[in-house]
Amino acid sequence: MNVMTQRPNVLAPDLEDLVNEHETSVFEVRDLTASYGATPAIENVSLDIFDKKITAVIGPSGCGKSTFIRCFNRMNDLVAGAHVGGKIFYRGEDLYAEDVDAVEVRRRIGMVFQQPNPFPKSIYDNVAFGLRVNRMTDHLDDRVEKALQDAALWDEVKRKIKDPASALSGGQQQRLCIARALATNPDVLLMDEPCSALDPIATTKIEDLMHELKADYTIVIVTHNMQQAARVSDLTAFFSVEGSAETDRSPRGVLVEYDTTEQIFTAPNDRRTEDYITGRFG
Amino acid sequence: MATVATSLRRHSNVREQLSERVVAVFLVGATLVGLLALVVLLVTVARSGAGQIDVPFLRNFASRIPERAGIWPPLVGTLWLMGLVTLFSFPVGVGAAIYLEEFAPKNRITSVIETNIANLAAVPSIIYGLLGLAVFYRALEMGRSLLTGALTLTLLVLPVIIISSREALRAVPRSHRLGAMALGATKLEAVYKTVLPSAVPGIMTGTILGLSRAIGETAPLLVAGAAAFVAFTPDNLLDAYSALPVQIFDWVRRPQPEFQALAAAAILVLLGVLLTMNSIAILIRNRYDRKTR
Repeated sequence: MNVMTQRPNVLAPDLEDLVNEHETSVFEVRDLTASYGATPAIENVSLDIFDKKITAVIGPSGCGKSTFIRCFNRMNDLVAGAHVGGKIFYRGEDLYAEDVDAVEVRRRIGMVFQQPNPFPKSIYDNVAFGLRVNRMTDHLDDRVEKALQDAALWDEVKRKIKDPASALSGGQQQRLCIARALATNPDVLLMDEPCSALDPIATTKIEDLMHELKADYTIVIVTHNMQQAARVSDLTAFFSVEGSAETDRSPRGVLVEYDTTEQIFTAPNDRRTEDYITGRFG
Repeated sequence: MATVATSLRRHSNVREQLSERVVAVFLVGATLVGLLALVVLLVTVARSGAGQIDVPFLRNFASRIPERAGIWPPLVGTLWLMGLVTLFSFPVGVGAAIYLEEFAPKNRITSVIETNIANLAAVPSIIYGLLGLAVFYRALEMGRSLLTGALTLTLLVLPVIIISSREALRAVPRSHRLGAMALGATKLEAVYKTVLPSAVPGIMTGTILGLSRAIGETAPLLVAGAAAFVAFTPDNLLDAYSALPVQIFDWVRRPQPEFQALAAAAILVLLGVLLTMNSIAILIRNRYDRKTR
């Protein structure tokens, strides 16, 4: 499958093997550029996101990681002044084509945010929310239960499903948000630093959960935590900041290296990746 | 181990202690002024008016003879007015707030509108009366009708409802909107299903404030054609009407002490209606507060 046209030269050769061997690309990102007003956020990013894999996006603060994954479900559309250039193909379809409905995109591509953001409703109504707005209300109870089971939360909440979601702990709230996103059967799950507000035990639970979800979902996770990227992901994209006041170009995020997680963490090709993962900067 | 040099006992800095006391006394005093004024008002009014309230007083029409005078038409008029004002101002006010807060583009036109609304909230009520007189009474030929009064009061309370509803909407975290939209909700669904329910308590508070202002207004109603003397209760929107504050104003102007007592009684009834209205609104608010916590 020839999906790596215009492939940036930062890709390692074995990634091409990966593509050629058996993987299907869910997203093909080509020369993606995003900016907020006159401030650039990311520039010329090209990579593929593979089916049923966990892809981690790592890099220092301000490198545009969050901006990058928000391009996949067109959440950047909601930010005034945000502009996205270049192309993203989702299963062959141009995500930013004129006639693409961003609402329809978000129904296929779920998202979990940095801070758990349950609605001020019951646990049940939180999970049912996406089902209701997407008119998937047949067998509603079963669907809610299934989603909570998939998010490994069912046993903890089955006796208090009508209680307010705010009564749950932070880790449970985040798993509720995952259940809420899973309920509508998305194709892809985007996770924007899902554990940064959680304690280590809650983090472990979410990471275990991600391993289970990999069987059915394609996951893209932004994380600050390199150990987490190493633990959970199959592939890792390392972003960095380029340009500064001294070089007369405002700083922007660029993709430095994209490879299997093993390769990135054991034998990175780029000096900047090595410096970052060994803790020399960032 | 180092010894702690300073003692835990209170330092005898007299000046510091004195100024603490003075400030505390002033703050308590400031609180009491408001409370005291309310108590004095209620006690005086209750002493002269409470005895006057009975069924004939509530059910009688206006009369030149104090013993036969009652507040039925103005009481009914006030209830009509409040019902109509709620009906008109709530959807329009909340709708405007939702538009301005959630949908309006941030440009010069909307910022002019916003400034205007803020200024309108500070316009003296008699000006609204004149506006009602010019627009509803004369231009739209509604005359001395309930509709004229209700629309005039609606204009008066709209800015209050819009401003407080916007604040309530703004207080809902942005993460709720994003969360809803990330699940495939349209912007409208996100607003109606997550933002609005969370904002209801704040919106209700604003509406209560607005309606409380409207129920006691006398000046705009006098200007826009409320009557102090109606021999019937209104039964459609174009009927003439009276209202409690207008009736109170009329009685207070008369020299006879009997009418002063009637005015006090009418004030108590007005306060009663106001409190009932507020209690209902607070009940609704608390219900939503519990639901959305």
